Amino acid sequence: MTTLLQRRELLVAGIGLAVSWRAAATPAEMDAAILDFTGGAPVREGKIGFEVAPLVENGNTVPITLSVDSPMSASDHVQAIALFNSGNPQPQVALFRLGPRAGKAIVSMRMRLATSQKLTAVARLSDGSHWSRTVDVVVTLAACVEG
Amino acid sequence: MKRGAAAVALLLAACAAPPDTRRSGLAFMTPATQALQRDDTQNPGMLWVQDGAALWSRAAGTSGRSCADCHGDAPRSMRGVATRYPRLDASLGRPVDLGERIAQCRVRQGATPPPAESQERLSLQAYVAHQSRGLPIAPDDDPRLVPFRERGRQLFERRIGQLNLACAQCHDQLAGARLGGSTIPQGHPSGYPIYRLEWQSLGSLQRRMRNCMSGVRAEPHAYGAIELIELELHLMQRARGMPLETPAVRP
Amino acid sequence: MARALINMPTTARRAEVIEIRTLISHPMETGYRRDSDGALQARDILRRFTCRYDGEIVFSAELHAAIAANPYISFHTVALASGVISFSWEGDNGFAQTESRTLAVT
Repeated sequence: MTTLLQRRELLVAGIGLAVSWRAAATPAEMDAAILDFTGGAPVREGKIGFEVAPLVENGNTVPITLSVDSPMSASDHVQAIALFNSGNPQPQVALFRLGPRAGKAIVSMRMRLATSQKLTAVARLSDGSHWSRTVDVVVTLAACVEG
Repeated sequence: MKRGAAAVALLLAACAAPPDTRRSGLAFMTPATQALQRDDTQNPGMLWVQDGAALWSRAAGTSGRSCADCHGDAPRSMRGVATRYPRLDASLGRPVDLGERIAQCRVRQGATPPPAESQERLSLQAYVAHQSRGLPIAPDDDPRLVPFRERGRQLFERRIGQLNLACAQCHDQLAGARLGGSTIPQGHPSGYPIYRLEWQSLGSLQRRMRNCMSGVRAEPHAYGAIELIELELHLMQRARGMPLETPAVRP
Repeated sequence: MARALINMPTTARRAEVIEIRTLISHPMETGYRRDSDGALQARDILRRFTCRYDGEIVFSAELHAAIAANPYISFHTVALASGVISFSWEGDNGFAQTESRTLAVT
Protein backbone atom coordinates (compact mmCIF):
# COMPACT_ATOMS: atom_id res chain seq x y z
CA MET A 1 0.00 0.00 0.00
CA THR A 2 1.58 3.29 -1.07
CA THR A 3 0.72 6.82 -0.02
CA LEU A 4 1.44 10.05 -1.86
CA LEU A 5 3.38 12.52 0.26
CA GLN A 6 3.41 16.18 -0.56
CA ARG A 7 5.47 19.13 0.69
CA ARG A 8 3.47 21.56 2.66
CA GLU A 9 4.26 25.19 3.53
CA LEU A 10 2.94 26.50 6.82
CA LEU A 11 2.64 30.22 7.49
CA VAL A 12 2.82 31.37 11.08
CA ALA A 13 0.47 34.28 11.79
CA GLY A 14 2.01 37.67 11.15
CA ILE A 15 5.61 36.51 11.06
CA GLY A 16 5.65 35.04 7.58
CA LEU A 17 7.86 32.11 8.56
CA ALA A 18 7.80 29.21 6.12
CA VAL A 19 8.30 25.70 7.51
CA SER A 20 8.14 22.64 5.31
CA TRP A 21 7.65 19.07 6.43
CA ARG A 22 6.22 15.86 5.04
CA ALA A 23 2.51 15.55 4.95
CA ALA A 24 1.00 13.86 7.94
CA ALA A 25 0.13 10.19 8.20
CA THR A 26 -3.45 9.70 7.19
CA PRO A 27 -6.07 8.30 9.54
CA ALA A 28 -5.94 5.20 7.29
CA GLU A 29 -2.27 4.75 8.12
CA MET A 30 -3.08 5.04 11.81
CA ASP A 31 -5.79 2.38 11.42
CA ALA A 32 -3.31 0.12 9.65
CA ALA A 33 -0.77 0.57 12.44
CA ILE A 34 -3.42 -0.24 15.06
CA LEU A 35 -4.37 -3.35 13.10
CA ASP A 36 -0.73 -4.37 13.10
CA PHE A 37 -0.71 -4.15 16.90
CA THR A 38 -4.00 -5.91 17.57
CA GLY A 39 -3.55 -8.58 14.90
CA GLY A 40 -7.15 -8.10 13.82
CA ALA A 41 -8.66 -8.78 17.26
CA PRO A 42 -11.80 -6.78 18.11
CA VAL A 43 -11.14 -3.50 19.89
CA ARG A 44 -13.63 -1.95 22.29
CA GLU A 45 -13.65 1.61 23.59
CA GLY A 46 -12.98 1.99 27.27
CA LYS A 47 -10.80 1.11 30.26
CA ILE A 48 -8.04 3.58 29.31
CA GLY A 49 -7.48 6.85 31.15
CA PHE A 50 -5.91 9.40 28.76
CA GLU A 51 -4.41 12.49 30.35
CA VAL A 52 -3.32 15.17 27.90
CA ALA A 53 -3.94 18.90 27.77
CA PRO A 54 -6.69 19.59 25.19
CA LEU A 55 -4.86 22.73 24.07
CA VAL A 56 -1.09 22.51 23.63
CA GLU A 57 0.93 25.71 23.28
CA ASN A 58 3.96 24.05 21.74
CA GLY A 59 3.83 20.73 19.95
CA ASN A 60 7.46 19.89 20.69
CA THR A 61 6.85 18.53 24.17
CA VAL A 62 3.37 17.27 25.03
CA PRO A 63 3.08 15.42 28.35
CA ILE A 64 0.81 12.36 28.25
CA THR A 65 -0.24 9.89 30.92
CA LEU A 66 -1.96 6.65 29.99
CA SER A 67 -3.56 4.45 32.63
CA VAL A 68 -5.61 1.28 32.77
CA ASP A 69 -7.52 0.33 35.89
CA SER A 70 -6.27 -3.22 36.33
CA PRO A 71 -5.37 -5.39 39.35
CA MET A 72 -2.11 -6.25 37.53
CA SER A 73 -2.23 -9.76 38.94
CA ALA A 74 -0.79 -12.82 37.26
CA SER A 75 -4.21 -13.76 35.88
CA ASP A 76 -5.51 -10.25 35.12
CA HIS A 77 -3.09 -7.60 33.93
CA VAL A 78 -2.19 -5.24 31.11
CA GLN A 79 0.32 -6.76 28.69
CA ALA A 80 0.92 -3.73 26.51
CA ILE A 81 -0.23 -0.20 25.80
CA ALA A 82 0.38 1.25 22.33
CA LEU A 83 0.00 4.91 21.36
CA PHE A 84 -0.82 6.10 17.85
CA ASN A 85 -1.38 9.50 16.20
CA SER A 86 -3.23 10.59 13.08
CA GLY A 87 -1.32 13.71 12.07
CA ASN A 88 2.42 13.13 12.51
CA PRO A 89 4.54 11.73 9.64
CA GLN A 90 4.41 8.28 11.26
CA PRO A 91 1.39 6.72 12.96
CA GLN A 92 3.25 4.99 15.81
CA VAL A 93 4.39 6.88 18.89
CA ALA A 94 5.38 4.21 21.39
CA LEU A 95 4.64 0.69 22.58
CA PHE A 96 4.89 -0.02 26.30
CA ARG A 97 5.11 -3.60 27.57
CA LEU A 98 4.00 -4.16 31.13
CA GLY A 99 3.03 -7.31 33.04
CA PRO A 100 2.17 -8.23 36.64
CA ARG A 101 5.51 -6.92 37.94
CA ALA A 102 4.58 -3.42 36.79
CA GLY A 103 2.21 -3.15 39.72
CA LYS A 104 0.18 -0.32 38.21
CA ALA A 105 -0.68 0.26 34.56
CA ILE A 106 0.22 3.95 34.56
CA VAL A 107 2.76 5.25 32.05
CA SER A 108 3.81 8.85 31.40
CA MET A 109 5.85 10.19 28.53
CA ARG A 110 6.20 13.28 26.37
CA MET A 111 5.53 13.27 22.66
CA ARG A 112 5.65 15.63 19.71
CA LEU A 113 2.60 16.81 17.83
CA ALA A 114 3.24 18.34 14.42
CA THR A 115 -0.30 19.65 14.21
CA SER A 116 -3.71 19.37 15.81
CA GLN A 117 -4.78 15.72 15.51
CA LYS A 118 -6.27 12.63 17.11
CA LEU A 119 -4.37 10.39 19.49
CA THR A 120 -5.42 6.76 20.05
CA ALA A 121 -4.18 4.52 22.84
CA VAL A 122 -4.80 0.76 22.62
CA ALA A 123 -4.31 -1.62 25.55
CA ARG A 124 -3.93 -5.38 25.32
CA LEU A 125 -4.99 -7.29 28.42
CA SER A 126 -3.82 -10.68 29.58
CA ASP A 127 -7.16 -12.23 28.54
CA GLY A 128 -6.42 -11.19 24.97
CA SER A 129 -8.98 -8.37 24.88
CA HIS A 130 -8.13 -4.99 23.37
CA TRP A 131 -9.41 -1.65 24.57
CA SER A 132 -8.92 1.80 23.06
CA ARG A 133 -9.41 5.48 23.80
CA THR A 134 -9.15 8.38 21.33
CA VAL A 135 -8.66 12.06 22.16
CA ASP A 136 -8.50 15.24 20.07
CA VAL A 137 -5.61 17.63 20.74
CA VAL A 138 -5.33 21.19 19.42
CA VAL A 139 -1.79 22.47 18.89
CA THR A 140 -0.79 26.10 18.58
CA LEU A 141 2.72 27.37 17.88
CA ALA A 142 5.11 29.56 19.81
CA ALA A 143 4.90 33.04 18.33
CA CYS A 144 8.57 33.96 18.03
CA VAL A 145 10.26 31.01 16.34
CA GLU A 146 13.96 30.91 15.62
CA GLY A 147 14.57 32.15 12.10
CA MET B 1 -8.50 47.20 70.39
CA LYS B 2 -4.93 46.29 69.49
CA ARG B 3 -6.15 43.98 66.72
CA GLY B 4 -8.26 46.76 65.26
CA ALA B 5 -5.27 49.11 65.13
CA ALA B 6 -3.15 46.45 63.46
CA ALA B 7 -5.85 45.82 60.87
CA VAL B 8 -6.08 49.51 60.03
CA ALA B 9 -2.29 49.74 59.69
CA LEU B 10 -2.31 46.79 57.31
CA LEU B 11 -5.10 48.33 55.26
CA LEU B 12 -3.25 51.64 55.02
CA ALA B 13 -0.06 49.87 53.96
CA ALA B 14 -1.95 47.97 51.27
CA CYS B 15 -3.51 51.17 49.95
CA ALA B 16 -0.17 53.01 49.88
CA ALA B 17 1.73 50.52 47.70
CA PRO B 18 0.53 50.12 44.08
CA PRO B 19 -0.18 46.46 43.24
CA ASP B 20 2.73 44.68 41.53
CA THR B 21 1.38 43.72 38.11
CA ARG B 22 4.55 41.96 37.08
CA ARG B 23 4.11 38.30 36.25
CA SER B 24 6.73 35.72 35.38
CA GLY B 25 6.42 33.88 32.06
CA LEU B 26 5.41 30.92 34.23
CA ALA B 27 2.02 32.53 34.78
CA PHE B 28 1.35 32.78 31.04
CA MET B 29 1.88 29.08 30.34
CA THR B 30 -0.64 26.26 30.20
CA PRO B 31 -0.90 24.08 33.33
CA ALA B 32 0.84 21.19 31.55
CA THR B 33 3.92 23.29 30.79
CA GLN B 34 3.88 24.81 34.28
CA ALA B 35 3.94 21.27 35.68
CA LEU B 36 7.04 20.54 33.61
CA GLN B 37 8.88 23.39 35.32
CA ARG B 38 7.61 22.77 38.83
CA ASP B 39 8.63 19.11 38.96
CA ASP B 40 12.40 18.65 39.18
CA THR B 41 12.01 15.01 38.17
CA GLN B 42 10.40 16.07 34.87
CA ASN B 43 12.11 19.40 34.16
CA PRO B 44 14.47 18.74 31.22
CA GLY B 45 16.58 21.73 32.38
CA MET B 46 17.66 19.64 35.36
CA LEU B 47 19.72 17.48 32.98
CA TRP B 48 21.94 20.52 32.40
CA VAL B 49 21.98 21.39 36.11
CA GLN B 50 23.19 17.85 36.79
CA ASP B 51 25.86 18.27 34.12
CA GLY B 52 26.91 21.56 35.69
CA ALA B 53 27.26 19.89 39.07
CA ALA B 54 29.63 17.35 37.55
CA LEU B 55 31.64 20.05 35.76
CA TRP B 56 31.86 22.08 39.00
CA SER B 57 33.93 19.33 40.61
CA ARG B 58 36.01 18.47 37.57
CA ALA B 59 39.49 19.99 37.21
CA ALA B 60 39.84 22.00 34.02
CA GLY B 61 42.77 23.65 32.33
CA THR B 62 46.48 23.79 33.07
CA SER B 63 45.93 25.00 36.63
CA GLY B 64 44.41 21.61 37.46
CA ARG B 65 41.80 23.33 39.61
CA SER B 66 38.08 22.76 39.53
CA CYS B 67 35.44 25.36 40.41
CA ALA B 68 35.02 23.59 43.73
CA ASP B 69 38.68 24.06 44.63
CA CYS B 70 38.26 27.85 44.87
CA HIS B 71 34.52 28.25 45.34
CA GLY B 72 33.83 25.26 47.53
CA ASP B 73 30.31 24.01 47.90
CA ALA B 74 28.17 25.72 45.24
CA PRO B 75 24.85 25.75 47.14
CA ARG B 76 26.61 27.87 49.74
CA SER B 77 29.09 29.96 47.74
CA MET B 78 26.94 30.61 44.68
CA ARG B 79 23.76 31.38 46.58
CA GLY B 80 22.46 34.75 45.42
CA VAL B 81 25.18 35.24 42.81
CA ALA B 82 23.00 34.92 39.71
CA THR B 83 20.49 37.47 41.07
CA ARG B 84 23.07 40.23 40.76
CA TYR B 85 24.31 39.75 37.23
CA PRO B 86 25.30 41.39 34.84
CA ARG B 87 28.09 42.98 36.87
CA LEU B 88 30.90 45.34 35.95
CA ASP B 89 34.24 43.86 35.02
CA ALA B 90 36.68 46.56 36.13
CA SER B 91 39.53 45.36 33.91
CA LEU B 92 37.30 45.35 30.81
CA GLY B 93 35.53 48.55 31.82
CA ARG B 94 32.16 47.08 30.88
CA PRO B 95 29.56 44.75 32.35
CA VAL B 96 29.63 41.01 31.75
CA ASP B 97 26.88 38.46 32.14
CA LEU B 98 27.17 35.28 34.18
CA GLY B 99 28.10 33.13 31.18
CA GLU B 100 30.96 35.42 30.24
CA ARG B 101 32.18 35.55 33.86
CA ILE B 102 32.29 31.74 33.93
CA ALA B 103 34.18 31.68 30.62
CA GLN B 104 36.70 34.21 31.97
CA CYS B 105 37.32 32.04 35.00
CA ARG B 106 37.97 29.04 32.76
CA VAL B 107 40.58 31.12 30.92
CA ARG B 108 42.21 32.03 34.25
CA GLN B 109 42.53 28.29 34.95
CA GLY B 110 44.32 27.84 31.65
CA ALA B 111 41.38 26.17 29.90
CA THR B 112 39.81 27.11 26.58
CA PRO B 113 36.87 29.42 27.19
CA PRO B 114 33.59 27.61 26.55
CA PRO B 115 31.83 29.34 23.64
CA ALA B 116 28.41 30.94 24.03
CA GLU B 117 25.55 28.38 24.00
CA SER B 118 28.02 25.51 24.39
CA GLN B 119 27.04 22.54 26.52
CA GLU B 120 29.77 23.35 29.05
CA ARG B 121 28.91 27.01 29.45
CA LEU B 122 25.15 26.45 29.64
CA SER B 123 25.50 23.63 32.15
CA LEU B 124 27.74 25.63 34.47
CA GLN B 125 25.54 28.69 34.08
CA ALA B 126 22.43 26.64 34.83
CA TYR B 127 24.08 25.04 37.85
CA VAL B 128 25.24 28.37 39.29
CA ALA B 129 21.95 30.17 38.63
CA HIS B 130 20.02 27.21 40.07
CA GLN B 131 21.66 27.93 43.45
CA SER B 132 19.69 31.19 43.51
CA ARG B 133 16.33 29.61 42.69
CA GLY B 134 13.62 31.24 44.76
CA LEU B 135 15.74 34.27 45.63
CA PRO B 136 14.63 37.75 44.50
CA ILE B 137 16.40 39.32 41.54
CA ALA B 138 18.74 41.92 43.08
CA PRO B 139 20.64 43.91 40.43
CA ASP B 140 24.02 45.29 41.45
CA ASP B 141 23.71 48.93 42.59
CA ASP B 142 27.17 49.78 41.24
CA PRO B 143 26.78 53.34 39.88
CA ARG B 144 29.16 52.53 37.03
CA LEU B 145 26.47 50.26 35.60
CA VAL B 146 23.98 53.11 35.25
CA PRO B 147 24.96 54.35 31.76
CA PHE B 148 24.93 50.77 30.41
CA ARG B 149 21.55 50.05 32.01
CA GLU B 150 20.16 53.29 30.60
CA ARG B 151 21.30 52.30 27.10
CA GLY B 152 19.60 48.96 27.67
CA ARG B 153 16.34 50.74 28.45
CA GLN B 154 16.67 52.76 25.25
CA LEU B 155 17.31 49.59 23.24
CA PHE B 156 14.23 48.04 24.80
CA GLU B 157 12.11 50.98 23.66
CA ARG B 158 13.59 51.38 20.19
CA ARG B 159 11.74 50.08 17.13
CA ILE B 160 13.74 47.57 15.13
CA GLY B 161 13.43 45.27 12.13
CA GLN B 162 11.23 45.02 9.08
CA LEU B 163 8.24 44.69 11.38
CA ASN B 164 9.38 47.92 13.05
CA LEU B 165 8.55 46.79 16.56
CA ALA B 166 10.14 47.68 19.88
CA CYS B 167 10.44 45.14 22.70
CA ALA B 168 8.39 47.51 24.86
CA GLN B 169 5.45 47.44 22.46
CA CYS B 170 4.84 43.72 22.90
CA HIS B 171 6.19 43.11 26.36
CA ASP B 172 5.13 46.30 28.14
CA GLN B 173 2.01 47.42 26.29
CA LEU B 174 0.60 44.21 24.83
CA ALA B 175 1.58 41.64 27.47
CA GLY B 176 -1.39 39.35 28.09
CA ALA B 177 -2.74 39.84 24.57
CA ARG B 178 -2.29 37.14 21.93
CA LEU B 179 0.15 36.80 19.04
CA GLY B 180 -0.75 33.88 16.82
CA GLY B 181 -1.93 31.21 19.23
CA SER B 182 0.27 32.28 22.12
CA THR B 183 -0.14 34.74 24.95
CA ILE B 184 2.49 37.50 24.93
CA PRO B 185 4.48 37.34 28.18
CA GLN B 186 6.03 40.35 29.92
CA GLY B 187 9.55 39.25 28.98
CA HIS B 188 11.21 38.90 32.38
CA PRO B 189 14.61 37.20 32.61
CA SER B 190 13.61 35.28 35.69
CA GLY B 191 14.48 31.70 34.77
CA TYR B 192 17.51 31.71 32.55
CA PRO B 193 19.06 29.61 31.16
CA ILE B 194 15.67 28.17 30.14
CA TYR B 195 14.59 24.91 28.56
CA ARG B 196 12.61 26.26 25.67
CA LEU B 197 10.23 23.71 24.16
CA GLU B 198 10.76 25.38 20.79
CA TRP B 199 14.51 24.67 21.03
CA GLN B 200 14.11 21.25 22.66
CA SER B 201 17.20 22.32 24.51
CA LEU B 202 18.53 24.65 27.17
CA GLY B 203 19.47 28.14 26.02
CA SER B 204 20.54 31.52 27.31
CA LEU B 205 18.77 34.87 27.53
CA GLN B 206 20.98 36.07 24.68
CA ARG B 207 19.67 33.27 22.46
CA ARG B 208 16.11 34.15 23.37
CA MET B 209 16.58 37.85 22.64
CA ARG B 210 18.21 36.99 19.31
CA ASN B 211 15.11 34.88 18.51
CA CYS B 212 12.90 37.88 19.20
CA MET B 213 15.01 40.05 16.94
CA SER B 214 14.75 37.48 14.16
CA GLY B 215 11.05 37.38 14.89
CA VAL B 216 10.66 41.06 14.02
CA ARG B 217 13.03 40.56 11.08
CA ALA B 218 15.86 42.55 12.57
CA GLU B 219 19.54 41.67 12.40
CA PRO B 220 20.20 40.02 15.78
CA HIS B 221 23.15 41.30 17.80
CA ALA B 222 26.03 38.83 17.90
CA TYR B 223 26.48 36.63 20.96
CA GLY B 224 28.41 38.59 23.57
CA ALA B 225 27.55 41.97 22.02
CA ILE B 226 27.44 44.80 24.54
CA GLU B 227 23.89 45.60 23.43
CA LEU B 228 22.67 42.22 24.69
CA ILE B 229 24.36 42.82 28.05
CA GLU B 230 22.80 46.29 28.26
CA LEU B 231 19.38 44.85 27.49
CA GLU B 232 19.88 42.23 30.19
CA LEU B 233 20.82 44.97 32.67
CA HIS B 234 17.55 46.75 31.91
CA LEU B 235 15.52 43.54 32.05
CA MET B 236 16.98 42.52 35.41
CA GLN B 237 16.22 45.96 36.84
CA ARG B 238 12.70 45.75 35.43
CA ALA B 239 12.33 42.39 37.15
CA ARG B 240 13.90 43.49 40.45
CA GLY B 241 12.45 41.54 43.35
CA MET B 242 10.89 38.76 41.27
CA PRO B 243 12.12 35.29 42.21
CA LEU B 244 14.65 33.46 40.08
CA GLU B 245 13.30 30.17 38.65
CA THR B 246 16.32 28.62 36.97
CA PRO B 247 15.98 26.29 35.18
CA ALA B 248 12.66 27.56 33.84
CA VAL B 249 10.65 25.85 31.09
CA ARG B 250 9.12 28.03 28.41
CA PRO B 251 7.15 27.23 25.21
CA MET C 1 27.50 9.16 28.03
CA ALA C 2 24.22 11.01 27.86
CA ARG C 3 23.10 12.61 31.07
CA ALA C 4 20.33 10.65 32.73
CA LEU C 5 18.20 11.45 35.76
CA ILE C 6 16.50 8.59 37.57
CA ASN C 7 13.99 9.27 40.32
CA MET C 8 12.88 6.40 42.47
CA PRO C 9 12.81 5.66 46.18
CA THR C 10 15.87 4.00 47.73
CA THR C 11 13.77 1.87 50.08
CA ALA C 12 10.33 0.29 49.88
CA ARG C 13 8.15 -2.15 51.78
CA ARG C 14 7.69 -5.58 50.29
CA ALA C 15 4.88 -5.67 47.70
CA GLU C 16 4.73 -1.87 47.61
CA VAL C 17 4.26 -0.43 44.10
CA ILE C 18 6.85 2.27 43.48
CA GLU C 19 6.97 4.90 40.76
CA ILE C 20 10.12 5.29 38.71
CA ARG C 21 10.76 8.41 36.62
CA THR C 22 13.51 8.50 34.03
CA LEU C 23 14.84 11.40 32.00
CA ILE C 24 17.69 11.12 29.52
CA SER C 25 19.25 13.75 27.29
CA HIS C 26 18.90 12.85 23.62
CA PRO C 27 17.89 15.05 20.65
CA MET C 28 15.47 12.46 19.19
CA GLU C 29 16.22 13.84 15.73
CA THR C 30 13.18 12.84 13.70
CA GLY C 31 14.72 12.66 10.26
CA TYR C 32 12.15 15.08 8.90
CA ARG C 33 13.89 18.34 9.74
CA ARG C 34 16.03 20.25 7.29
CA ASP C 35 19.02 22.37 8.21
CA SER C 36 19.57 25.93 7.01
CA ASP C 37 21.03 24.65 3.72
CA GLY C 38 17.92 22.57 3.05
CA ALA C 39 19.64 19.24 3.62
CA LEU C 40 17.67 16.60 5.49
CA GLN C 41 19.05 15.93 8.97
CA ALA C 42 19.45 12.20 9.46
CA ARG C 43 17.19 10.37 11.92
CA ASP C 44 18.85 9.75 15.26
CA ILE C 45 16.46 8.50 17.90
CA LEU C 46 16.29 6.23 20.90
CA ARG C 47 14.41 3.07 19.97
CA ARG C 48 14.20 0.94 23.09
CA PHE C 49 14.01 1.44 26.81
CA THR C 50 14.22 -1.56 29.14
CA CYS C 51 13.94 -1.75 32.90
CA ARG C 52 15.30 -4.89 34.54
CA TYR C 53 14.78 -5.78 38.17
CA ASP C 54 17.44 -8.28 39.26
CA GLY C 55 17.86 -9.23 35.64
CA GLU C 56 14.19 -9.74 34.81
CA ILE C 57 12.47 -7.28 32.45
CA VAL C 58 9.65 -5.59 34.34
CA PHE C 59 8.91 -2.80 31.88
CA SER C 60 10.01 -1.91 28.38
CA ALA C 61 9.17 0.56 25.66
CA GLU C 62 9.60 0.79 21.90
CA LEU C 63 10.06 4.43 20.95
CA HIS C 64 9.45 6.20 17.66
CA ALA C 65 10.35 9.63 16.30
CA ALA C 66 7.21 11.15 17.82
CA ILE C 67 8.68 10.86 21.30
CA ALA C 68 9.88 14.31 22.40
CA ALA C 69 13.56 15.23 22.76
CA ASN C 70 15.16 14.42 26.11
CA PRO C 71 12.76 11.52 26.64
CA TYR C 72 10.90 11.28 29.90
CA ILE C 73 9.30 7.95 30.81
CA SER C 74 7.63 7.20 34.11
CA PHE C 75 6.23 3.81 35.11
CA HIS C 76 5.72 1.56 38.13
CA THR C 77 7.09 -1.68 39.50
CA VAL C 78 6.41 -3.93 42.48
CA ALA C 79 9.11 -3.94 45.18
CA LEU C 80 9.58 -7.68 45.54
CA ALA C 81 13.04 -7.99 47.06
CA SER C 82 16.14 -5.90 47.61
CA GLY C 83 18.18 -5.74 44.47
CA VAL C 84 19.50 -3.82 41.50
CA ILE C 85 17.17 -2.10 39.08
CA SER C 86 18.83 -1.29 35.75
CA PHE C 87 17.68 1.04 33.01
CA SER C 88 18.90 0.59 29.43
CA TRP C 89 18.42 2.85 26.47
CA GLU C 90 19.30 1.75 22.93
CA GLY C 91 19.06 3.72 19.75
CA ASP C 92 20.36 4.74 16.34
CA ASN C 93 24.08 5.04 15.62
CA GLY C 94 24.88 2.39 18.17
CA PHE C 95 23.57 4.35 21.14
CA ALA C 96 23.56 2.18 24.24
CA GLN C 97 23.53 3.33 27.85
CA THR C 98 22.68 1.65 31.12
CA GLU C 99 22.12 3.16 34.56
CA SER C 100 21.55 1.21 37.77
CA ARG C 101 20.05 1.89 41.14
CA THR C 102 19.71 -0.29 44.20
CA LEU C 103 16.42 -0.74 45.99
CA ALA C 104 16.31 -1.90 49.61
CA VAL C 105 13.10 -3.80 50.32
CA THR C 106 12.08 -4.35 53.93
